[in-house]
Amino acid sequence: MSTKQEDIDVSVWRGDPHSGNYENFKVPAQESQTILDVISWIQQNQDATLSYRFACRVGMCGSCAMMVNGIPRWTCRTHLNKVLNGNKLVVAPLRNLPVIKDLVTDMDPFFDKWIAAEGLHHPSKTRLDPIEEIEPKSIGRVEIDTGIECINCSICYAACDTVTNNSDYLGPAALQRAWTVYNDVKDADKQTVLDAVSGDGGCLNCHSQGSCSVHCPNDLNPMNAIAGLKRATVASLFSRKG
Amino acid sequence: MIRPHRKHSLWLAYILHRISGFCLAVFLPFHFYLLALALTEPDRLDGFLSWTDTPIVKLAEFGLVFLLAVHFFGGLRLMALEFFPWSTSQKTLAALAIASAFLVATIFFLQVI
Ligand code: SF4
Ligand code: SF4
Ligand code: FES
Repeated sequence: MSTKQEDIDVSVWRGDPHSGNYENFKVPAQESQTILDVISWIQQNQDATLSYRFACRVGMCGSCAMMVNGIPRWTCRTHLNKVLNGNKLVVAPLRNLPVIKDLVTDMDPFFDKWIAAEGLHHPSKTRLDPIEEIEPKSIGRVEIDTGIECINCSICYAACDTVTNNSDYLGPAALQRAWTVYNDVKDADKQTVLDAVSGDGGCLNCHSQGSCSVHCPNDLNPMNAIAGLKRATVASLFSRKG
Repeated sequence: MIRPHRKHSLWLAYILHRISGFCLAVFLPFHFYLLALALTEPDRLDGFLSWTDTPIVKLAEFGLVFLLAVHFFGGLRLMALEFFPWSTSQKTLAALAIASAFLVATIFFLQVI
């Protein structure tokens, strides 16, 4: 990108839970500018009432995700020159989540579903037992490896059309989390996990469209994890006594 | 217009599978009806069969075979994706292998007829 000062046309969604519209801003282009930089510039120089969310600015906390030109992205690590469409940028709150104000969404449904998917640790030992040794190369541990890098940004959740069409669907991140718990040898209650993920809003809703895996900023593969849960669900049909 | 978050090959594969499935489902009742003619009204069936020799119908048949192939391999792809815990590249290779096998078989078939 050239270093000369050009203005970018930025449309930003403004509104409350009930209504809203895009507001246009002109933002001076700079080198190595991220989408979060653009939004912050607007908030600092043009309209202090613009609401948005961020914390770490380095892709760790997962709080800055927004729709950028129609694609869910982590804005702190998305460079403007990578996504600029001509001279235009459209920034909106994440899909599939209720809007609180402007670019801020209510993440509650997303996190509630982590719990609903039993993405929790079910302890098998007390503090008096020795720590269980996990062989890093063991199959279950390798399977868990990528899933636990999830930063809870909800980008996959925003990308998933199944979530759009079925508000009960647990969604890619929660199911991926459940898959890591299911493969954890330290977890004592795998059947509860399986029951939670194979019900109405569970893994069998997934159409393997793969938007979750394509857009995950950490290159995780929730679609694969969900396929694993589907296999486990089918296998349990045969292993359970009728 | 395809929405931006859907512009990737996995979504394309998904939508092709859906559309081909729908088209085949629409086609099947006609297909069965026609086959039933062989039992009930053989003359009309013969009349229809000679109509199928026209180029436009041949083209439509090509479309039909294409739909079938798309749906068949779309289904195989899905089953491999969901039921084999392979790495992604292994699955791509498997899909490629089946596709080439199909290609060879079709070319062979075309030469025979
Ligand atoms: S693969 Fe499944 S979870 Fe991922 S985006 Fe598609 S439907 Fe949603
Ligand atoms: S799986 Fe990826 S996209 Fe989904 S919440 Fe975790 S880090 Fe974000
Ligand atoms: S601000 Fe923390 S991930 Fe972007």
